[in-house]
Amino acid sequence: MGVLPWVWWYGLRRHSSYPLGSLTEAGTNTVFGFMRAYVLIALWEVRPSLGGYAVADAITFCFITQALIGPVQIFGGLDLAERIRNGDVAIDLYRPVGMQGWWLAEDLGRASASLLLRAGPPLIAGSLFFPFRWPGALNLAAFAVAVPLAVAVGFGMRYLVAMGMFWLHDDRGLNAVTLVMSLFFSGMILPLVVFPGALGTVARSLPWAAQIQVPADVFLGRHTGLGLAGALGFQAGWAAVLLGAGALATRAARRKLVVHGG
Amino acid sequence: MAEPVHAQGAASVPRALVDALRMYGLLVWTWVRAAAQYPVSMVLLSLATAIVTGLDAAAIALLFSRAPRIGGFDASEVLFLYGTSALSFGISDVALGTTERLGFHVREGSLDAILVRPVSPLVQLATEEFSPRRFGKLVPAVLVLAFALTRVDAPWTPGRVAMIPVMVLSGTAIFGGLWVLTAAVQFVLLEFHGAAKSLTYGGAFLSQYPMTVFGRDLVRGVTFVVPLAFVNWQPALYVLDRPDPLGLPDAARFASPLVAAVLCAAAALAWRAGLRHYRSTGS
Repeated sequence: MGVLPWVWWYGLRRHSSYPLGSLTEAGTNTVFGFMRAYVLIALWEVRPSLGGYAVADAITFCFITQALIGPVQIFGGLDLAERIRNGDVAIDLYRPVGMQGWWLAEDLGRASASLLLRAGPPLIAGSLFFPFRWPGALNLAAFAVAVPLAVAVGFGMRYLVAMGMFWLHDDRGLNAVTLVMSLFFSGMILPLVVFPGALGTVARSLPWAAQIQVPADVFLGRHTGLGLAGALGFQAGWAAVLLGAGALATRAARRKLVVHGG
Repeated sequence: MAEPVHAQGAASVPRALVDALRMYGLLVWTWVRAAAQYPVSMVLLSLATAIVTGLDAAAIALLFSRAPRIGGFDASEVLFLYGTSALSFGISDVALGTTERLGFHVREGSLDAILVRPVSPLVQLATEEFSPRRFGKLVPAVLVLAFALTRVDAPWTPGRVAMIPVMVLSGTAIFGGLWVLTAAVQFVLLEFHGAAKSLTYGGAFLSQYPMTVFGRDLVRGVTFVVPLAFVNWQPALYVLDRPDPLGLPDAARFASPLVAAVLCAAAALAWRAGLRHYRSTGS
């Protein structure tokens, strides 16, 4: 256990070494937040209180999605995949700590850096220019739990995709498929409350919902009491399932991998 | 060496252009043959690219499942905007999208290798890792545009019909100019890539929706500063016979080709200035 906090710390350091680059990314996230907010406002003008959201909720939701793009890395990808392709993964497997734990710690470090550098600008700009709903103290505290859980769920899926490299030798196909799913079913493109009927029900129960929709709902104070615990439990449950699958995949991969020369 | 066109004078510019296009085709063919070595991957990736690009259309369909009109426009009209925007952006992205990697090449030092080759660096960057999957971006655009054209309730006249290819080509040139212009800025500001995406990908997203949706200042900005309104909005006002919310004169509806020409000229100048400005790190 002793080494993992350091892995986290070096992940944070590594991913915060180009702050200007991160800030320009945050600028783009903010611009997209503005455009998507206007589209949502136009929809809510026609359908006020659609899905139980007031227009301020929809706008806040939109800027939260933009703030979380970086931390949950919605566009996918894990450096591990490249290391599996070029064989460096042998070093990762040789370490005296579990490979998944190591990469989870590194990814949490990356997410922390991203949260520090990229989450602020869209939220602040959004709250300055649009009607915005800031959370109460309790919701903010719950949000502080929901975001790491969202990162863990996102990591669980990206780790499984990277593990696919051991068998497929090419992660681009899998990446492309998961990108479609995560953009559409996380709430990135449109809040899942807008999805009609069964599509909405299914979308809200898939792991991608735990990445954006659930933390955003926690931020908006849509869950209280037991419902709040249920929302966080939903995220924790998916994180446990995905990380468990990741552990199984790691074990299988260990048997699958034959390193040259021994 | 980097700019053979520049040295030859005005008389041979068409000749140089033909040479550049021939070289572009040759390099594209080389990369396509490389990608074709993994046919299954190639087909799957093209399909996935098409689906990812089509997600924006799915979002529009979802929006209109909840509201009959948005910003005063109905589904077929917004899909018409989506189709023209996505087609223009898709073609420009296929042709020039990889130029956004310029900052990466400067940082890695690989731009030096590009500069010593006797081919225009712009052509080399634009064809880099050219994969047939890029054409997947055009599939949803073409399908949606074809669908929208059969559904949209426009007062069709020969002029309006002729406007469709004109607006797609002008839009392509405007986005093409933006790719090169934002790449050229990276000669000076290495970290500009992150912000450039709000002009290129952001512009593609913005022009999918009627400008009546957006705030007035934003619309002024994309009309007079970054001319995204001329990609498809102004010509679409003519095709759909709608009033301009900014109240610009009717001539603005036909200004897209001119705007595209000016933007491309500015991009060409910026690119040359950037190349001249470039100093290798040299270590």
